[in-house]
Order: sequence, then C-alpha cells, then structure tokens
Amino acid sequence: MKKKFILKGLGCANCASKMETAINKLTDVKEATVNFMTQKLVIDAEEDKISSIIEEVEKIVKRIEPGTRIEQL
Amino acid sequence: MNDNMRKRLIRIIAGGILLVAALLVDTGQDWTNVVLFLISYILVGADIVLRAIRNIIRGRVFDENFLMALATIGAMIINEYAEGIAVMLLYQIGELFQDYAVDKSRRSIADLMDIRPDYANVKAEDGLIKVSPDDVRVGDIIVIKPGERIPLDARVIEGASMLDTSALTGESLPREVEPGDEILSGCINVNGAITAEVTKEFEESTVSKILELVENASSKKSQSEQFITRFARYYTPIVVILAVLLAVLPPLILEGATFSEWTYRALSFLVVSCPCALVISIPLTFFSGIGGASKRGILVKGSNYFEALANTEIMVFDKTGTLTKGVFEVQETNIKQNNMSREELLELAAHAESFSTHPISQSILKVYGKDIDQSIISDAKEIAGHGIEAMVGGKKIIAGNAKLMRLRGIDYITEEHIGTVVHVGIDNQYAGYILIADELKKDSAQAIKMLKAGAIRQTLMLTGDNQSVGGKIASMLGLDKVFAELLPGDKVDKLEELLTQTSDKGKLAYVGDGINDAPVLARADVGIAMGGLGSDAAIEAADVVIMTDEPSKIPEAIRISKKIIGIANQNIVFAIGVKIIILIFSALGFTGLWAAIFGDVGVTFIAVLNSFRALKTK
Repeated sequence: MKKKFILKGLGCANCASKMETAINKLTDVKEATVNFMTQKLVIDAEEDKISSIIEEVEKIVKRIEPGTRIEQL
Repeated sequence: MNDNMRKRLIRIIAGGILLVAALLVDTGQDWTNVVLFLISYILVGADIVLRAIRNIIRGRVFDENFLMALATIGAMIINEYAEGIAVMLLYQIGELFQDYAVDKSRRSIADLMDIRPDYANVKAEDGLIKVSPDDVRVGDIIVIKPGERIPLDARVIEGASMLDTSALTGESLPREVEPGDEILSGCINVNGAITAEVTKEFEESTVSKILELVENASSKKSQSEQFITRFARYYTPIVVILAVLLAVLPPLILEGATFSEWTYRALSFLVVSCPCALVISIPLTFFSGIGGASKRGILVKGSNYFEALANTEIMVFDKTGTLTKGVFEVQETNIKQNNMSREELLELAAHAESFSTHPISQSILKVYGKDIDQSIISDAKEIAGHGIEAMVGGKKIIAGNAKLMRLRGIDYITEEHIGTVVHVGIDNQYAGYILIADELKKDSAQAIKMLKAGAIRQTLMLTGDNQSVGGKIASMLGLDKVFAELLPGDKVDKLEELLTQTSDKGKLAYVGDGINDAPVLARADVGIAMGGLGSDAAIEAADVVIMTDEPSKIPEAIRISKKIIGIANQNIVFAIGVKIIILIFSALGFTGLWAAIFGDVGVTFIAVLNSFRALKTK
C-alpha cells in the first residue's frame, strides 16, 4: 500500500536525501522515496502500520529540517 | 516570492543598512559601533546561529549553519566585525537567491505538469453534477463543455468538436472528434459540447499515466546523478579534514605563520565544503528535462535514458506502423483497356470484392467509397491465396494476384512494385491493376536524414515483410541496411547480433510501434515506442514514448538529450572547478571569506539558473 505525502517547506536537497535514508531505515517501511523537486514523499508499507510510521516520519523530518510540515495527499 | 522569503529579505536589508551605518558613523566611542555591529549581526545571522546550536544539541555538528556561525563569529572575535557581518549578509543573500531559484523552478515544473483535470460533469437524473475525476466510474456518462479539459478517457456518444491535444503531444494541430471516437484525458475541448461514456477509471486514464511516469522518472538515476551522490559522500569530509590540517599544521611548521591567519584561511575551506550546488542542480536539470520533453510529446522514463539517447550510434527501426503508416491504401491504378476510366475499374473491382473481409478488399472498397449495389453481383467466390471471381452486372470479373491471372490464362503486365498488386480481368481480358500499399509517413525520410547528420553511425530496418518491399523502402528512405522476412523471434536474435556491434559507450536504440515488438523494445539499450497516445502496451514496454506517430520526434529526442547532458556536464565542471580554484586560492591566502561565500551559494545559484534551460526544449 503506497501513501503519498507533501513535504511543505522542504528547502534543501541534501536534507531530502538524508530524510529518504532515515525513513527507509524504519522497520515497517518497505520503501520510501523523497522527491526534492516535487516535494513528495511516497511510503510503501502495510496499511495498519501507516499511522505509527507517520509519527516516526514526523520526528525525522522535524530533526533534519525544522519548519517542514507533512501533509497527506 | 513567499512570505518566509519576504521576511528574510526585510531582515537582510535592515541588517545591511545598520552595517553601513556602523561603518559610516564615527562616534569616537568604540562601544557604540560595536553595538551597531552586533544588532546588525543579530538581524542578519541570528537564525543561522540558533539553528547551528540546535543542531549541535541534536548531535549534528558539521552542517552549513555551524560552519557559517563559526566563520563569522570567529571573524568578529579577531576584531573583523565588518567582514564577519558582510560574509553572513552575503551568505543570506545567496541562500535567498538559491531558494528563490528552486521555488521558481518548482513552479515552472508544476505549471508544465498542470494537465490534471479538476472535475468531471457527470450526467445524473436531475442534470449535471460536478464531481472529482476520482469518483467517476467506467460507464458513467460525462459532458465536456467547450474550454474544459477532458477528465477521463472516454468514447464520444453525442456531439462533435475539435480537441486541443497539445498538452499530451506537443502538437498544436487540433483533432476532430465525432460520435464513436475515443477521447483522451488531458486534451482540451475547443468548441462544441460533447457527451461521452467513460472507458477508463481516472487512475488508468492517460493523464494519470503520464503524470505518474514523469514523476517516477527521476527515480531512475543517470550516471551524472550517481556520480554526484558518490562525490558528495567524500567531498565534504575531505574538505573539512583539509581545513583542520590547514589551521593547525602551517603555524607549527612555517616560521612566522600565525594561527589567526591560517584559521581564517581554514574558515574559507569550511564555507566551500558544501556540495549543494551539485546536489540541487543536477537532479533539477534532469527533472526539468523530463518535464520539458514531455511537453513536446516525448516521454522519457528515466534520467538514464537521456544519457543512452545522447550516446546512440545504431538506430534500428521497425517498418509497419513506425516508418510507414500501417494502413493499406490504394496507391495507384493502371488501366490497360481503352475507354475505361479509373472509376469504372474500381467500381467493378469493389463490387467483386464486396463480400470479402480481406484487408486488401477493404482497401479497395474504401477508395471506391460509394454504396455497393448487391443486386448486380452473383456467383461470387473466393479462391484462397489467389483472389476473387464474381459476375458483376453481367460481366465476369477476375480480381487477384499474378497466380490467378496465370490460372485463368490472362496476359498481365509484370512490373516491380512495393506493395500488393491486384490484377483485374474482365470477361477474360486484362483490364489493368490496382496497387495497394502501405504508405510512408511523410516525415520518415527527413527523420533518417536528420539522424544521419547527427551522430548515428548506422540506420537499419527490421521487417517481417518480403525483401523487395523492404529493400525499396530502405532505399527510398536512405537506410543503411534492411533485414527482411523476419519472424518476431528473429527480430530479437538480429537485435542481439547488432548489440555486439556498438562501441563501448555507444548505444543501440530500437524504434517500434509497441504492438508486437515488446520483446525487442525491452532488449534494446533504449526502446522507443511510437504513437504511444492511448496505447498502454507501448507505454509499458518502452523506455521512451513518442506520443505522436512522427519519426521526426526521434532526432528531436536525441537533440534534447544532448542538450540536457550538456547542461548537467557544464554544472559539474563549473561547480567543481570553481570550488577547487577557490580552495587553492584560499589556502594560498589570495582570497578571503567573500570568495568562499561565492563558491558556496553563488555557484549554486548560477548552476540552478543554468539547469532552468533544460525546461526549454526548443
């Protein structure tokens, strides 16, 4: 199950790739991609794990680039 | 410019004014100037220092914020207030410019991709209701008013109109549609209102497919992008280590060298240590290129295919549907009986062929174009592999190939032709022939010429058709070689053989229509599918999809690819070159922090501007 998010305020390309690496390391994430140009985050994971993953992702995003917000598509 | 950027701009301007004031106003008392400098610094750089502190608390020390804070505070400690603030000011201006450029390019790409329909007018019992395209089901009836975008793939059931397909194909020529025609989502309805039945759900519709393809294309990385990733991994640590060595070693070894002087030089190193210029501009170049090419009706499914296209040496074409139109049409008629007109010949032949479903018969019926009078036809029979015999209006008509003519003892003329010849005999007398052939696309010859003028070493054609047809077409188009009478499986074998003939870096591209050559498309270095508009098979199998059916888009795709690779290379050479020069000059003490700031944000800004050019593919 693939979920798409928008990373509002994502401003640094290096941070985008750091986020991608960090999110991919989360245990329940099968695959995650961060596209700096479209500001999109796509997470592939089991449906029932999504909400707990989102919490983790929010922490990661806050840590790497404060001021970036996640919005579900 | 968004709110955040506007606030930053105001702070930069205010800080700048205070800095100038502090430099101009000589109060005679040192501390007033120092206060002015400090206020100025807080306005300009407080956010950077705060971010640096926050990151250090989180255990991340070596980032840009920390380096800038360190460099500028360091400068102020050694009493270089003006320089410290000016460097911070320049850095902020550069960052602002850079964010502005990225923001602008995101917007132009979003505009480019703005082919997503917002709503669909679905017909319900009590009139039309506006719903999101996602909520429309197959079989629903939708109404598209003039000026609206077609929301889902559908079939027209009522009304006729002109469609602007330019969002999908890059062609400005409008396409006429009438009841029965398929319409594709993403096109714009120009004049009349049309009612249509939805044939595909939104997720499966053309517009969704194209958007998904373009967005996902950046996940297939080009070599330049992979290079940047590797480069960034080693570059920053190496430069930081060099900076530390530069600060510590010379003062210990060289006589008269001071720590403050060499620390200053080392600070420049730290400023230049971010690979941002490359990390941003290279993916941006490819992404813009994919967007720009799709605007011209060329879908490239990954950045790596730009590289492959730019390095293509051998271009292999399929014949039917790729170089030719794939429709069999009456090309010419040759009449050998006096006082017989072309119309008469076609009329008799069409009547004789009227009950046959053979494609050849269909072509003759199509060019005749009038109604068939069934009452005058009798005794019609089809002789398999030969042709047809029938009585039409009291005349015995024999229409078929040379074998049939010999069988019936009719003298016929033999000429070499590309295509299928239908000889016609009337009451055992030879009347003439009708030539039916597939027609070359009008830009095929030009496309081959353009390819050969470029870097393509060899152009070839693979066809299942016979040698004489293949050979004629090849010589008409100026192709180097043709392999005829190939079964679909033979095409793959032939391609394998050709793949061994490319040079180390050279690539082989195969152009097909995606209908029965999917295995060949997949095997080639670059598989190019023609006429992808509406054909799922082609979109799936190929690496590059040409949305129109024009072969001339292929040289265009190569030209665009070369331009994009060129831009990416320019950015790599420019960014790395400038950074290395600045590193050397800083180490020797020729340039100060100012140049280092340029080496960081200035270079990024210029590289991002350069990558903008990839959006414009003309």
